[in-house]
Amino acid sequence: MEFLTEGLRALTWQQLVMYGVGILLIWLAIKKEYEPALLLPMGFGAILVNLPSSGVLNQVLTGVGETNGIIEWLFEIGIEASEAMPVLLFIGIGAMIDFGPLLSNPRMFLFGAGAQFGIFAAILLAVVLGFDLKDAASIGIIGAADGPTSILVSQILKSNYIGPIAVAAYSYMALVPVIQPFAIRLVTTKKERMIRMKYEPSSVSHRTKIFFPIIVTVVVGLVAPSSVALVGFLMFGNLIRECGVLNTMSETAQNNLSNLITLLLGITISFSMQAERFVTVETLMIMVIGVFAFIIDTIGGVLLAKFMNLFTKDKINPMVGAAGISAFPMSSRVVQKLAMQEDPGNVILMHAAGANVSGQIASVVAGGMVINLVTGFLG
Amino acid sequence: MNEVLIALEIMWKGMAGIFAAVLVIMAIVYLMGKMKK
Repeated sequence: MEFLTEGLRALTWQQLVMYGVGILLIWLAIKKEYEPALLLPMGFGAILVNLPSSGVLNQVLTGVGETNGIIEWLFEIGIEASEAMPVLLFIGIGAMIDFGPLLSNPRMFLFGAGAQFGIFAAILLAVVLGFDLKDAASIGIIGAADGPTSILVSQILKSNYIGPIAVAAYSYMALVPVIQPFAIRLVTTKKERMIRMKYEPSSVSHRTKIFFPIIVTVVVGLVAPSSVALVGFLMFGNLIRECGVLNTMSETAQNNLSNLITLLLGITISFSMQAERFVTVETLMIMVIGVFAFIIDTIGGVLLAKFMNLFTKDKINPMVGAAGISAFPMSSRVVQKLAMQEDPGNVILMHAAGANVSGQIASVVAGGMVINLVTGFLG
Repeated sequence: MNEVLIALEIMWKGMAGIFAAVLVIMAIVYLMGKMKK
């Protein structure tokens, strides 16, 4: 009867740690509602792939030969071969975004750019801590605050740490309400947080909303060609939304397509959470660098707003700069909540929402930039 | 040391590239707004 205990005897302590990690992710998803659509499948997947001789991974069976495991197959087809899953998810994300608040207040574009600084600061920190350039760049992209971009960049750069990077990216996106207020308070005074901003949006024509995704795709594609897959699919989704003649398709992209890909992406990415690769000191370092990236992103956006205030008559509440990260709509909500804590009548939500959607564009530009620059140096 | 210098160059060029892209898009959006008027 020894065959019944084979699995139990093959268990390693690292696999037991991964069951703990899996349960923690499931707990965060259910109890805390932190990015449940991603963290729950990832948590369950972490348990699946760490069962000894798990059938969800490719196995060599005595007398049979090699058999395919579903999660390994999904990873090879959906992420490794073509990055199809994260890229397709961008169609759904694009269909969900209303660029109206940004188009009616275009100076908010700048904050999307300013709040990407954490990516590059994190790359520098990772290099200083001993990671090689492609791993450092993949880790730094956690600062994009954009899960699919993090997965895509780390996969294209063939990083050894795609699992920890995905876990860090999604966990910290969920922790934006904790990380950002701390970082904002570090670099702002109460008086600055109380600044009121007038909201006088200019009207945005239907034609502008249609041309916008095409213009963004062409401009970004010319500046950072590696980001075309990301920005192109993001803007394709947005064009479907704004064109006005594909409403059913837009709804499908926003709901069915997004849900289906998200569900599969979470459990597929768990392939990279096998114990021997995940339970390492490097994973802990990546988690620390990830939180550093989010803090520097926030500070970068705030400092840019403070710098702009040196030259503008209508002062900007510096917290709006912090909303320039890609975590939408969470970041703009956090900023609005902080503004109301200081001054209950202060409404800066629409400004923050403009900066926030700008962050979504800037984060994919940053992803493309990182791929372009790093491959240039590696070549 | 060499990789640190490369990381600093990536930081400089990356941020410059992002701001360049954003400024061009911003300028086009402003122009489209003006044309409408």
